[in-house]
Amino acid sequence: MTTAELTKADFQSDQETRWCPGCGDYAILSAVQGLLPELGVAPENTVFISGIGCAGRFTYYVDTYGMHSIHGRAPAVATGLVAARDDLSVWVVSGDGDALSIGGNHLIHSLRRNVPMKLLICNNRIYGLTKGQISPTSERGKVTKSTPEGSVEAPLDPISLALGSGATFVARTVDRDKAHMTEVLRAAAHHPGMAVVEILQNCPVFNDEHHIHVTDKAQAAINRIELVHGQPVRFGAEGERGVVALPGGGLAFGDAADAIIHDATAADPTLAFAINGLGDPMTGPVALGIFRNVQAPIWAEGVTARLKASRVGLGDADIDALLHEGNTWTVA
Amino acid sequence: MTTVERNQSGTDHQPEERESVIVRFAGDSGDGMQLAGGRFADATAMAGNDLATLPNFPAEIRAPADTLGGVSSFQIHFASRDIATPGDSPNILVAMNPAALRANIGDLEKGAAILVNEDAFTKRALMKAGYETSPLDDGSLDGFQVTRVSMTEMVTRAAEDVEGATTRDIQKSRNIFALGLVSWMYDRPAEVTQKWIEGKFAKSPVLRDLNLAALRAGYAYGETAELVGTQITVPAANDVPPGLYRNVNGTQTLVMGLLAASIRSGMNLVLAAYPITPATDILHELSRRGGHGVRTIQAEDEIAAVGMALGASYGGALGVTSTSGPGMDLKAETIGLAVMLELPLVVIDVQRSGPSTGMPTKQEQSDLMMALYGRHGEAPLPVVAASTPGQAFEAAIEACRIAVEYRTPVILLSDNFIANSTEPWLVPSAADIPAIDQNLTTEIPADGDFLPYARDERLVRPIAIPGTPGLQHRIGGLEKEEGTGNISYDGPNHERMSQIRAGKIAGIDVPDVEVDADEGAEVLILGWGSSAGAIRAGVRRVRQRGIPVARTHLHHLNPLPANLGEVLRSYKQVLLPEMNAGQLSKVLRAEYLVDIKSHTNLQGRPLRAAEIETAILEVLGA
Ligand SMILES: Cc1ncc(C[n+]2csc(CCOP(=O)(O)OP(=O)(O)O)c2C)c(N)n1
Ligand code: SF4
Ligand SMILES: [Mg+2]
Repeated sequence: MTTAELTKADFQSDQETRWCPGCGDYAILSAVQGLLPELGVAPENTVFISGIGCAGRFTYYVDTYGMHSIHGRAPAVATGLVAARDDLSVWVVSGDGDALSIGGNHLIHSLRRNVPMKLLICNNRIYGLTKGQISPTSERGKVTKSTPEGSVEAPLDPISLALGSGATFVARTVDRDKAHMTEVLRAAAHHPGMAVVEILQNCPVFNDEHHIHVTDKAQAAINRIELVHGQPVRFGAEGERGVVALPGGGLAFGDAADAIIHDATAADPTLAFAINGLGDPMTGPVALGIFRNVQAPIWAEGVTARLKASRVGLGDADIDALLHEGNTWTVA
Repeated sequence: MTTVERNQSGTDHQPEERESVIVRFAGDSGDGMQLAGGRFADATAMAGNDLATLPNFPAEIRAPADTLGGVSSFQIHFASRDIATPGDSPNILVAMNPAALRANIGDLEKGAAILVNEDAFTKRALMKAGYETSPLDDGSLDGFQVTRVSMTEMVTRAAEDVEGATTRDIQKSRNIFALGLVSWMYDRPAEVTQKWIEGKFAKSPVLRDLNLAALRAGYAYGETAELVGTQITVPAANDVPPGLYRNVNGTQTLVMGLLAASIRSGMNLVLAAYPITPATDILHELSRRGGHGVRTIQAEDEIAAVGMALGASYGGALGVTSTSGPGMDLKAETIGLAVMLELPLVVIDVQRSGPSTGMPTKQEQSDLMMALYGRHGEAPLPVVAASTPGQAFEAAIEACRIAVEYRTPVILLSDNFIANSTEPWLVPSAADIPAIDQNLTTEIPADGDFLPYARDERLVRPIAIPGTPGLQHRIGGLEKEEGTGNISYDGPNHERMSQIRAGKIAGIDVPDVEVDADEGAEVLILGWGSSAGAIRAGVRRVRQRGIPVARTHLHHLNPLPANLGEVLRSYKQVLLPEMNAGQLSKVLRAEYLVDIKSHTNLQGRPLRAAEIETAILEVLGA
């Protein structure tokens, strides 16, 4: 089979999906499986690595190579894989707790290294698999079994964290908008460095409709700030509002007519950071789309070729040469 | 260019011949004692002696000058016969300052020689070392042969002919002066050191000439000054096997072992590590070897490092991670994952004194229990332990072989002593290195699906790496159904899989132990890891008393050699010396129900021949 003939079915494993009915992870899985055939990468050259959590189950359902690893460590495992094999297309699927709590260290370091992998954060703002405790992205005041009096912690924003870590591709999308999700994932797939995509994901069981402000049609019309490279940053039911530059520096909401033009390729991530900081991620308005998409040196680029080249003809003579290095003497 | 000539005629004294000598260089950590010792060891190796060295560094990079905490030392034991340890008590201590004297004097026996840099015994330095009066004058060194040399003055004078040398450079060459003097005292060839200086300072003629002048001055001082006493010579060793030798430490050999295994197996080597004493030099050494198909990664922490190594293994490379105790704690979860996945992984633990940060630069072998059992669930894995700097080469290859062929994480135990001490090494030949067969599955099975958790007769599973068409499959930390590898929470399946994983490890082909036994021996001395040298030397001492003894050493801690139980039961007494609180003895008592006597030591230094001798005599009631 040539890669041109691939279909969605080629990326569906025979394992039964086990998420709760209505879980946003179904839509994410379907979008990814729908996108993979068009990328022209054979299933055997694609690898999915996940951590632990509901989102971590993703790996079992995609008919490529895959490893369901341990909680938070998938980016590290993926980095090692890339170190040995830059000929593969490597995807990491993570939850908000997996990526930002236990695995936060690996996330920021793989981002600053720009390891060529696509990392999806299925953000349901809750710990799903462990049955509903706050996650690092839960809002202040959130009541859960571990926070009966409401969370006293400020949430972490994945987009801001990624931008601050030197990420070269940063985007946000939402599970209920398949077209948007596919478009963002497609751009991520084509990004040569590390791409991180936050996917607002519903957890009907433990955090139902937490993203209703961007998924309900009427509310979304008011709350979704669409980021499109080269286009004015406008939003509002009639597109009447815009993100505008303040005379003294900084951004604010203002008139559509004064809206700034979104430049995802800007070398300086300051504006992307500022756009993300406007509004309220929990209630809107909130920006969706590609915040940043820039080129930077890719970690381990060409390493497979170099390793291969250095290995040509390597044999016993090289071992002996190694063993005989330095001062030697002979005992008769 | 000036050269140093050994004056064989000119003087009328004949060097006195000795069978073995122990020299300890000690000074402030900025005094270059490791360098002086290392050069002395190289010259000694080239002179054909057998030798063993013991570097001892402070944990601090630059402790305040002249304090006890800043003392760094290097001990070398060399002989005209096969030796096993860096020696217990030095015959001569070179003390570059009062703190070095104070920190080391306790290890000397009366009658030993002490060579001090008199110029460093200032009021201030004495005070910092905690001396109220100068030990050089207050009689506290009575019974030792003390030689006082004005080293600072001597190097300053020697530097007069070297144009452009700064005061600081001159001060820093004192170690080379001391090296020259001690080299004369023990009749070491100067050419080796001289060549080294010429190479090292090729780009800086001033430093080259300065250090050559200091070396020459030290040599000349020995020759002319009667105070130094007679020259001592130790003839070349005559009882070591013939062949090509090289002086190596256990870090170099371990790295060569990894490289050899990688070349032999045809697998790319990926080492990921987070810096930690005393394992860091493995990362350093391998990072220079890009040309050998090696990639090294300095990870963000030890968890990432082992994750990266596992990821590389998953991609078909030889994934290795190296660390010490605190890093081992962090890696446990990922090692368990590797047990579950059944992927090759080599985890190197260069043990140091614990718990917690413990004594980072000191010796211990107290991670054995952690290596054997330090994971949740039933997670057995092979454990291999290196026993000497030279043997670390074979141990590394063995760890790689088992990891690759049995698809399992392997813990390779080294330690601070093996990593840093040196010994002459009979250089092996590539042809003698065992083959390592990765044995990847590349074809779609004719009879249907690829079963990633099917088993061969050794219970080993097949591996297909990403990129292999048609064999896509998923692996993970959840329990798997036998054969298919699909997730399974079935109890009986889990029990079967646990037994299969355990059975695979238990069935690994490890060689039987060989026993070096005297006829009629009633006591067996059993060791593991770097206690090998001290045990060998201790046993030799007991044998010299005419008492028969048996000795054997373990390199495989899991699985244990098949004949071990029988060997243990065939002696009236078994003595097990180890540098921990008795870990292996507990394991073996449980395994074989043999009443093993334990000799333990947690003093942060290698075991000594004398304490082994005493322990054996005690066990025998002799
Ligand atoms: C080392 C470790 N600690 C804790 C857990 C338990 N655990 C499993 S998933 C999870 C949190 C999952 O939350 P998230 O990453 O947001 O994923 P979700 O289930 O919401 O998709 C936790 C704490 C674990 N598996 N491993
Ligand atoms: S608990 Fe929530 S996140 Fe997990 S599967 Fe159910 S709905 Fe999805
Ligand atoms: Mg979650």
